[in-house]
Amino acid sequence: MNIPRIEFKQISKTFSGTDHTVPALDDISFKVMPGEFVTLIGPSGSGKSTLFNLCVGLLEPGKGEILIDGEKPKKRPGLVGYMPQRDLLLPWRKVLDNVLIPLEVQGLPQKESRQRALEILPYFGLEGFENEYPSALSGGMRQRAALLRTWLMGRSTLLLDEPFGALDALTRKELQNWLLKVWQEFERTVMFITHDVEEAVYLADRVIVLSARPGRIKTELKINLPRPRRQSMIADPAFGKLEKELLQELGVDA
Amino acid sequence: MNWRKYIIPPTALIAILIIGWYFVAKISGLNSFILPSPINVIQAGWETRDLLLSAIGTTLLATGIGLVLAIIAGIGIATIIDFWPLARRALYPILVVSQTIQILAIAPILIIWFGFGLMPTIVIVVLFCFFPLAISTADGLISTDPDLIALLRAMGANRRQIWRMVRMPSALPAFFSGLRLAVTYSIVAATIGEWVGGSQGLGLYMLRSKNSLATDQVFVAMLITSLLSIGLFITVYIIERLVMPWYHSKQRKEQWDDTGIY
Repeated sequence: MNIPRIEFKQISKTFSGTDHTVPALDDISFKVMPGEFVTLIGPSGSGKSTLFNLCVGLLEPGKGEILIDGEKPKKRPGLVGYMPQRDLLLPWRKVLDNVLIPLEVQGLPQKESRQRALEILPYFGLEGFENEYPSALSGGMRQRAALLRTWLMGRSTLLLDEPFGALDALTRKELQNWLLKVWQEFERTVMFITHDVEEAVYLADRVIVLSARPGRIKTELKINLPRPRRQSMIADPAFGKLEKELLQELGVDA
Repeated sequence: MNWRKYIIPPTALIAILIIGWYFVAKISGLNSFILPSPINVIQAGWETRDLLLSAIGTTLLATGIGLVLAIIAGIGIATIIDFWPLARRALYPILVVSQTIQILAIAPILIIWFGFGLMPTIVIVVLFCFFPLAISTADGLISTDPDLIALLRAMGANRRQIWRMVRMPSALPAFFSGLRLAVTYSIVAATIGEWVGGSQGLGLYMLRSKNSLATDQVFVAMLITSLLSIGLFITVYIIERLVMPWYHSKQRKEQWDDTGIY
């Protein structure tokens, strides 16, 4: 249990354009332990999504290395579950065929994959919608379908990049509770990007705060609120204190 | 679909035009080899029905073969352009130039090369039709959402899987737009080939009718050419709906309606 699911070791990344270079990440080191829920928060341009893109192998770090389950893999794509900001459901595939994409990529037999997906569908509130096209779904359901697709990659670690960013406040809270429920029930490890201080505190065991460009780790905040979390906790003084601390670190609350 | 909204206006307009044509032909007193009335045209068509039927068969055969070859060529060229940036730069201008070449000038040469059979007609159909297919399919392929490709890559998909699961379906709407254009041109292209080759099909029927001043028969041929083109267009439209039900879904249409553009 002591091997981190993901370990970033002195990661730096610079993007080079034609006439200038943009430093995105600078000397990032941290570990994510099994079963942990870590939220990443930081101003726009602090390289949060870049960190994810590095982790899933869409980008290569300029310096440093990324360990997954204690090893430095030759190829990172496919090793961790990844959900980008947009739901990116394929409009030409029905919901079930959309969520089966990762299993299809892995070359698993179709029949078993379908069986597996259909069993888990109810947990994601998508029962009865498996034969709809994504265009028929609401924003919240699309997000859930995208999450199920990530889930079915079958990886123990999930990287979620602002999955609830585009949703209305109520749907968002509903999905937060639901995400915590499935996270606990299925014992996964989650890294979660958000811009929302309340969301960062509510979901996490630990919040990592990144600075503005180039992204550096500014601070880490342990969230020792009891689980299961309930939305009413947001009104607790302890919750408010954590939020205040975060806001100060982010430089929003002067 | 509200069929009244879409069927009645064009039908009514066409009916008015035909009636207008009838009266002009009648009242002007023009000889029927200058302006045949709609009734002359129908009579002429009926009298030459055996000839017409076999001509239609021949023309459709040449069109069909030509279209299949054009689709293969169009998709092939689009794929090459997509996979290989150098080919895009090298081929694109040539493709455009190919469309500026006078078919009327090429046709006799094709007859010298391929004889008086179906072949020259097929080649002309291909020349007319591959272009919209190649261009639209290439555009469709390049219009794939890069985020979708990134997602698939992050899942560990290889190039072939990305091609099959994302790029090809993304290109389908554009491909079908190209195909609709292509089939609309195809019948006319075939009759031009036949006319110039003077060997068979509706084109020959037209040529012979013109030469013998049977203007009513020329009108018959024009009418049938149009009907065949429209028929092909509708066929492609139906296939398109069957192949891409998601693209023609109710929700998608409603989203368009919601924009208030129409």
